[in-house]
Amino acid sequence: MKDFILPDDRDMGTPARTGAPVTLTIDGFEITVPEGTSVMRAAAEAGLQIPKLCASDNLEAYGSCRLCVVEIEGRRGTPASCTTPVAEGMAVRTQTPRVKKIRKGVMELYISDHPLDCLTCAANGDCELQDMAGAVGLRDMRYEPGQNHYDPFGIGTLAQGDARARSTGDLGNPDYIPKDDSNPYFTYDPSKCIVCSRCVRACEEVQGTFALTIEGRGFDSRVSAGAALDDFMSSDCVSCGACVQACPTATLQEKSVTELGTPDRSVITTCAYCGVGCSFKAELNGDELVRMVPYKHGKANRGHSCVKGRFAYGYASHKDRILSPMIRDSVDEPWQEVSWDEALTFAADRMRGLQEKYGKRSVGVITSSRCTNEETYLVQKLTRAVFGNNNTDTCARVCHSPTGYGLGQTFGTSAGTQDFDSVAETDVMLLIGANPTDAHPVFASRMKKRLREGAKIIVIDPRRIDLVRSAHIEASHHLALRPGTNVAVVSALAHVIVTEGLMDQEYIRARCDWDEFQDYAEFISDARHSPEATEALTGVPAAELRAAARLFATGGNGAIYYGLGVTEHSQGSTTVMGIANLAMLTGNVGRNGVGVNPLRGQNNVQGACDMGSFPHELPGYRHVKNDDVRDIYEEIWGVPIDSEPGLRIPNMLDAAVAGTFKGLYCQGEDILQSDPDTKHVAAGLAAMECVIVHDLFLNETANYAHVFLPGSTFLEKDGTFTNAERRINRVREVMKPLNGYADWEVTQMLAQAMGADWNYTHPSQIMDEIAATTPSFAGVSYDMLEEKGSVQWPCNEDSPDGMPLMHVDGFMRGKGRFIVTEYVATDEKTGPRFPLLLTTGRILSQYNVGAQTRRTANSEWHDQDLLEIHPNDAELRGITDGQWIKLASRAGETTLRALISERMSPGVVYTTFHHPDTQANVITTDFSDWATNCPEYKVTAVQVSHSNGPTDWQEEYSAQAAQARRILPAAE
Amino acid sequence: MQPDKLIMMANQIATFFQSQPGTGQAESVAAHLNDFWEPRMRQQLAEYVASGGPGLSPLARDAIPHVRVPVE
Ligand code: SF4
Ligand code: SF4
Ligand code: SF4
Ligand code: FES
Repeated sequence: MKDFILPDDRDMGTPARTGAPVTLTIDGFEITVPEGTSVMRAAAEAGLQIPKLCASDNLEAYGSCRLCVVEIEGRRGTPASCTTPVAEGMAVRTQTPRVKKIRKGVMELYISDHPLDCLTCAANGDCELQDMAGAVGLRDMRYEPGQNHYDPFGIGTLAQGDARARSTGDLGNPDYIPKDDSNPYFTYDPSKCIVCSRCVRACEEVQGTFALTIEGRGFDSRVSAGAALDDFMSSDCVSCGACVQACPTATLQEKSVTELGTPDRSVITTCAYCGVGCSFKAELNGDELVRMVPYKHGKANRGHSCVKGRFAYGYASHKDRILSPMIRDSVDEPWQEVSWDEALTFAADRMRGLQEKYGKRSVGVITSSRCTNEETYLVQKLTRAVFGNNNTDTCARVCHSPTGYGLGQTFGTSAGTQDFDSVAETDVMLLIGANPTDAHPVFASRMKKRLREGAKIIVIDPRRIDLVRSAHIEASHHLALRPGTNVAVVSALAHVIVTEGLMDQEYIRARCDWDEFQDYAEFISDARHSPEATEALTGVPAAELRAAARLFATGGNGAIYYGLGVTEHSQGSTTVMGIANLAMLTGNVGRNGVGVNPLRGQNNVQGACDMGSFPHELPGYRHVKNDDVRDIYEEIWGVPIDSEPGLRIPNMLDAAVAGTFKGLYCQGEDILQSDPDTKHVAAGLAAMECVIVHDLFLNETANYAHVFLPGSTFLEKDGTFTNAERRINRVREVMKPLNGYADWEVTQMLAQAMGADWNYTHPSQIMDEIAATTPSFAGVSYDMLEEKGSVQWPCNEDSPDGMPLMHVDGFMRGKGRFIVTEYVATDEKTGPRFPLLLTTGRILSQYNVGAQTRRTANSEWHDQDLLEIHPNDAELRGITDGQWIKLASRAGETTLRALISERMSPGVVYTTFHHPDTQANVITTDFSDWATNCPEYKVTAVQVSHSNGPTDWQEEYSAQAAQARRILPAAE
Repeated sequence: MQPDKLIMMANQIATFFQSQPGTGQAESVAAHLNDFWEPRMRQQLAEYVASGGPGLSPLARDAIPHVRVPVE
């Protein structure tokens, strides 16, 4: 295990400032800090810790505890150092007899209403109140036991750790409030609260949820979640953990720490859930993970987290995990546990046999954007160098492949243009088809912070998502379009900008191809693109759309953020181009605060795309048809590389049904649950003769598998993930793999079993190979990541420190290209049989197909998929809230419960796809994006009706699944 | 692979390039097919066109001569 040297992890007391330098002395030491810095922070920078309780460097100073008082020469009194800004020439004294006496008095008062059960307290050894009592030298308590909050019986000094405190008799103390245990991950014990308000401020300033308040005054004041009768679970709390992090005492405490004790070592790693890519400190005792704490120096998250990364890691040790390899001859047989050798030989022989019988191109791989860059690189190498074809695809196919195509065509590179910090300089956000508060929560908190500072937001989404209206957030415009009309709306915005002369001509002349712009301007100025002409189609009022376009074009720095609501359409790629057009028209690419930012779904979508897992391109987005690119790999791999593009996931399934695709190695991806048109996927899988599933659990796809290779979790391996801002972050091995091998080792063993001479001994060597062959990664190595923490590609000779901001002096491809974006209605149309439009998405607590999050307490927030339906549509069908309903499309039908919700527009229904028994993808169809085959998840014509139980399909499916999951007891 | 799917996909691609200004749309459609369609898909499409190819849009049909069809 390699030690990672932690940068300065001290709490500096108050946030950093930028400003002109100011020089002062503190206890005689001279220090220079930016103007606006607090005396407390200046002292910390000089290496002097002033005692504090209510201050923390991620929160604005509040000045309530008065523990941090100091004396300043020439000023009267004893000001609080956290709220006092520095001034030139100031002379501060932090340890005079007077301030020491005040601090002792303050601590004495705090302790007089605090239980003294430190030895049995969950925060023992990790409590700022303890530390401060020590720091101020509190040795004496002059107060008599009296009215207090901590003793349930009101007899004076009984502490919480005392056995008598656990009796359930009459609690004689009216001021005592029992613990709130309702949240599955943390407790709130009011008896230990010192009312410093740090939790309340963290919830407001860091998370932006405003779930907590301080109720009452003086001695009566207590922290409260929501209304009087609410507990944490029933309140607005989203369980991000920011308050728990902020709390200086055991009042808000992780249950895991209460259970397992305070951790004694930590490893910095990266969250394996969403594309924000938050950095965490995994805190452990030995190899037992005690808690995950967001890492302050993580550049993607800056010390914040969401419920998934912070708390939902229990799946890693869940009993459902499969730890031994298994094989079977056919899928109607039960699984048989075998040795790794046997499983790998079986798999290798079958794959080779298939290739001999059906041809080289009859087998392929699917990689997951949940896997590391190194794993993904190896899997595509397996296809290209060992199978000898280009049949490699990734689940990014079904989410962001149109981003790759669209941004590649317009800007010349398939990636977001900014870092996350950029949002702090944005004036107008244009949010299209994304729901960051649920899908990218930590980034959403940063958006909300900027919105509270006065930035504006325009939301284009069929649903009234939280960023349209929630605590202290009100969108300037919500364009609630009909699903499937993105291109029409984006074009109408451009129409207004061009015809009203709001574009940035100078920028366009300098940065873009002027002839193409002329063509585009002529095209877009046509009246058929006007908001008035498209209103009937899109459902967006023309006046509202015009106002939104004007705001975006004239409101200052405009940044576009978009998600799968853009890409997962027949015209997904066209919409991405339309978005690029909007950004170029308004001059919003190439500096801070602007840009085009795809919000990536899974943690490593960006990385999976970068690593060459698409069938037409080698790592770094270079087409396989190019001889010079193939040469690079042929040389170091020592084999010829196929110059023809391979099959994409939907093509693989089609080819399987047609009988020409026979074998699949599927790493970390559950295509049966996540891909559209489940019945077709099932038919494709059933037609294959060798399906190798490499995963943590017997997922749905494994029902059709012949070989199961156990996978390892992100806690059990080394590697890197690349987040939505192109940031390459280290994933570090926190504990040894329970299944025995990290995933890259398993892929290597499979390659070896098929005859390849691969001998990597550490993922860093795989990264070295990536760097040696891929220009945009040329400067990346594990050593440099140790040193810098993370880096945003491109990282090479031209930008040795990476590139937070792209296209600064011009587009990657040279001139930016305007591309004509004609709206074409999807063939998926509503009609008398299927009059409603279904769109799909995800919610905060669950992740993707739910394989991980369903195996954690996160299910307490979302234990089933629900169908959200507008009250009018529900009433028309006589559907009540919570009722079982049948959801049907031309592809299939399923049943689930209804949730009546005003967030939906009439005519549009919505559901999630987190649970296998619902199988929302039985409903979705095989329509897809014209350029990339990215499936059209976001538009399906459906009907909703009453139901009296699971459909035949659901019953057959679960019977088949139960049958396919049988495991024979291991042979002796 | 069912021909109807290939036809639909080819038509979708043709519809996009149809809307683009300038000339050479058929070549653009063909280039897209060459770049992103696996050889057996291109071959099937070519065979389908050779056998009459009903349902295929005119532009998609015009693209076929420019499509690289693998010889097996
Ligand atoms: S967990 Fe997060 S949302 Fe919940 S109260 Fe704490 S800070 Fe607020
Ligand atoms: S719960 Fe913790 S952070 Fe909140 S006021 Fe009480 S002691 Fe302070
Ligand atoms: S799920 Fe996303 S936002 Fe939440 S902690 Fe993980 S990376 Fe951060
Ligand atoms: S830390 Fe300054 S008043 Fe509490």
